[in-house]
Amino acid sequence: MELANLSVLLVWGAATALAVALVAFAVDLSRLSGAKVEARDAARGREKVAAAAGAPLVALVSPYGPDTGTGVTAPGPVNRRLAGVGMSVTWLAAAMLLVAIVLRGIAAGRTPWANMYEFALVGTFVAVAVFVGVNSRRDVRFLGAFVAGLGVLFLVLAQTRFFIEATGVQPALQKYWLVIHVGVAICATGIFTVAFVTSVLQLLRDGRDNGSAMLGSHRWGWLDHTPAPTALESLSFRLNSVGFVLWTFTVIGGAIWAEDAWGRYWGWDPKEVWSFIVWVVYAAYLHARTTRGWSGTRAAWFVVAGYACVLFNFTGVNLIFNGKHSYSGL
Amino acid sequence: MAREGTYVPDGIADEFTQGSLSSGEQQKPGRPNAPALGLVGMLRWMWRQLTSMRVALMLLMLLAVAAVPGSVLPQRNQDAAGVIEYLADHPTAGEWLDKAGFFDVYSSVWFSAIYILLFVSLVGCILPRSAAHYRALRGRPPRVPSRFNRFPAKASATTGASPEEAADAIAARLRGRISWLPTFRVDRGEEPSPGARGASGRSELASAGAERPSGRASATVSAERGYLRETGNLVFHLALVGLLVSVATGQMLHYRGQAIVTEGRGFANAVVDYDTFEKGSWFRPESLVPFSMTLDRFESEFASDTVAFAQARDFTAHVTVTEPSGEQRSETIKVNHPLVVDGAKIYLQGNGFAPEITVHDAEGEVAFSGRVTFIPEDTMYTSRGVVKVPDVSPGLDQIGFVGYFLPTAEVNEDGSARSAFPQPVDPLLVLEVYTGDLGLDDGSPQNVYELDTASLTPALDENGDRIKVLARPGETVELPDGLGTLTLGEDLPRYVALDLRHDPSLAFVLVFSLLALGGLTVSLFTPRRRVWARAYVAQDGATVVEVAGLARGDDAGLQAEVDRALAAVPGAVEQPETAAAPVETSVVALRQAQEPRVETRSEKD
Ligand code: HEM
Repeated sequence: MELANLSVLLVWGAATALAVALVAFAVDLSRLSGAKVEARDAARGREKVAAAAGAPLVALVSPYGPDTGTGVTAPGPVNRRLAGVGMSVTWLAAAMLLVAIVLRGIAAGRTPWANMYEFALVGTFVAVAVFVGVNSRRDVRFLGAFVAGLGVLFLVLAQTRFFIEATGVQPALQKYWLVIHVGVAICATGIFTVAFVTSVLQLLRDGRDNGSAMLGSHRWGWLDHTPAPTALESLSFRLNSVGFVLWTFTVIGGAIWAEDAWGRYWGWDPKEVWSFIVWVVYAAYLHARTTRGWSGTRAAWFVVAGYACVLFNFTGVNLIFNGKHSYSGL
Repeated sequence: MAREGTYVPDGIADEFTQGSLSSGEQQKPGRPNAPALGLVGMLRWMWRQLTSMRVALMLLMLLAVAAVPGSVLPQRNQDAAGVIEYLADHPTAGEWLDKAGFFDVYSSVWFSAIYILLFVSLVGCILPRSAAHYRALRGRPPRVPSRFNRFPAKASATTGASPEEAADAIAARLRGRISWLPTFRVDRGEEPSPGARGASGRSELASAGAERPSGRASATVSAERGYLRETGNLVFHLALVGLLVSVATGQMLHYRGQAIVTEGRGFANAVVDYDTFEKGSWFRPESLVPFSMTLDRFESEFASDTVAFAQARDFTAHVTVTEPSGEQRSETIKVNHPLVVDGAKIYLQGNGFAPEITVHDAEGEVAFSGRVTFIPEDTMYTSRGVVKVPDVSPGLDQIGFVGYFLPTAEVNEDGSARSAFPQPVDPLLVLEVYTGDLGLDDGSPQNVYELDTASLTPALDENGDRIKVLARPGETVELPDGLGTLTLGEDLPRYVALDLRHDPSLAFVLVFSLLALGGLTVSLFTPRRRVWARAYVAQDGATVVEVAGLARGDDAGLQAEVDRALAAVPGAVEQPETAAAPVETSVVALRQAQEPRVETRSEKD
């Protein structure tokens, strides 16, 4: 059990690293907001004046030049060394988690995603990997604090609530579909996680921009450093479309497997019901985006609802309902 | 102004297909037009509503919500016992829920109504769209718009090449290298010089301050790509319809039977040979292929390490299949690996022990002899079974036994016993004995796995406790009260629970699912773009080339596409983009017009 223990240690290591990243990203955001809020408030004042004068709305003027979509990235005087630290530590966390997962697989002698504990580890890894992956193409460090935060939460939950010893699996799970179906489900979940964070930021930022009393306060100043809601919505949409295709595949793959393992491709088992609900909610999201009067902020709420269903499908359905998917080992 | 031949479902917000980028203001959302008078008008209005995007959205949300109760409440077709228990625990609420179909959610009237409406809406929406798309597939890219500055992506350059050369170069780049699979569908055209067009609707040019000289014609390119996007979307939606139809057809034609078979015995594929049989309403018994099957041997493996002690590792049923032709072959059935015989799949659903039990009555006659199926109740195969002995010699009470078979017996001090391992390491049979009238003679059907002990007399010891008869393999034990003897056979035959299923729609279900997946992927990831270019000779004699692009939905690659097209012009010198009002690429963006321009580039690239 040497390897298994090492794996557990590494998971704690990854959780710690993510916690450090969380702090680094959070301090970075708060520093940014300190530097920018005043400029923003000033701009707001100007905008009101302009609007009152019947002038066309102009782009808000930020002290760092035009507010590009990813506002945070505008070159400026603010020192973003902490965000860099956050990124490095996040990379470290991803690496530790990856090794932990591989060791776990070796210790159990099979694919390391067959129960809730392992699902949580791999899902967190995918979310973190998607985050660093997207960040290598465009600056999304503003997501860091939230992805790291969720990551710490998932890992700690996994270690304290879902942990079971590394061992083989029962006959119903011995099939290559375990690798494909569950693997793809985890990827979809990881991607939905990052998209969810993006949509929540979109909603918050939208609320602040539209003069929400609560979000308008100084404490939410960092929101001015996130990209404009439209940019967030388009990032979230792109992630969600990938997630949705993967989820569609998860459901189809699950049905093919169920046909062999349980003797029917669909039986409205609780897990199947909730996977269906998840699918329908994200389909509704895609429709909402193109429905007049439902796009933008309203569509973002579908992402929140969809992700809530994803989480429930993972936790609630495994722990509360008694279905065929009772493979958590708890 | 919608393009001719474009069908757009009511309520969809899509500037691309509607082709109206110019208007900043939107139609009021969600406000259906008042119905026209008259029945036909009313019906048409209702149909328009049903096939609108808004209603589709509502129905999708309703479907998600309606699916929830089926996961919370026990459902009859999965957990009939759970339903009975629920009804007993909640008599009033349960009755109401039952009446409303909450224990058969997925076949209830309301659930069916939602998805049927959704699919009617889908068909009503998709058929006209398919027809429109079919026409669009043979159409040409839309004409070059008069002004480019309202488009989300644009670029311009000057070159020494002639307008025709420039336009040809752009057209060639957009078509791509593979001639039989062009990236863009491209039209090269000429445009009369603005002056020559007179009053033909280009009056806004004047206000745009055109510095184009009159006299020489401009060369134009209009190009469109991504027809596959709509194709994929239509394939996806139509595949969903196909999927629904296939599933429904399968429901009508399928059959499924369960049989318990012990080692050395077999069964024939006939309705009467199954313990339970369930079928769709179009099923005909003749469709059963009369093969037969024998269980030669059953093997099981369990983990014996401490971490996963007694976890199942492998189950294998070795069988011999006899086809109607008389041909025989050996096969195995494993969990996850059903055996396919004549289109029917045979699954290994359960297994256990069926020990051979013989009972001699008080007269010494054989009153019962046979294998008794003991059903495992826990992972250690503590298995429960019932023996009914009605055929005792005349004048004697009938005998019934209820109890457990323990593969590896562990008897506690208080006399209770359970199994400690699933394999027969130290087997023991523990039975309670009852006498009386088993009620088998009146012919009413009985559950073979239950003994109604209420009307029977248990055998008691001097303390008034129930006597337990213990037997090991090969042993014959005396029954209490001189009832006779019971013998447990030396071998312990295994049994398997087989589930045979035939559903002729499976291949269709799979094909439509995969079509849906493929269509979805294509429709979500194929960019749909239009690119226009115009090249003309400016007053200073140089050729000016302007390119503009429009995309459907968010498209991070649009500007790059425009830039690439422009770069194809020989000798092009790019002109800095003239500062324009913020332009947005997405539908959402238009609504939030006060937002600054969406840029997806980061400082890093
Ligand atoms: C079973 C019900 C339905 C499901 C599961 C479903 C699912 C989907 C999905 C996943 C997409 C995204 C693909 C894409 O954006 O290209 C989509 C797009 C679309 N659906 Fe549906 N749909 C359903 C019913 C309908 C109905 C009833 C309508 C017509 C009112 C409709 C009209 C559309 C349209 C127009 C699009 C393209 C939106 C766009 O411009 O991207 N759908 N649908």
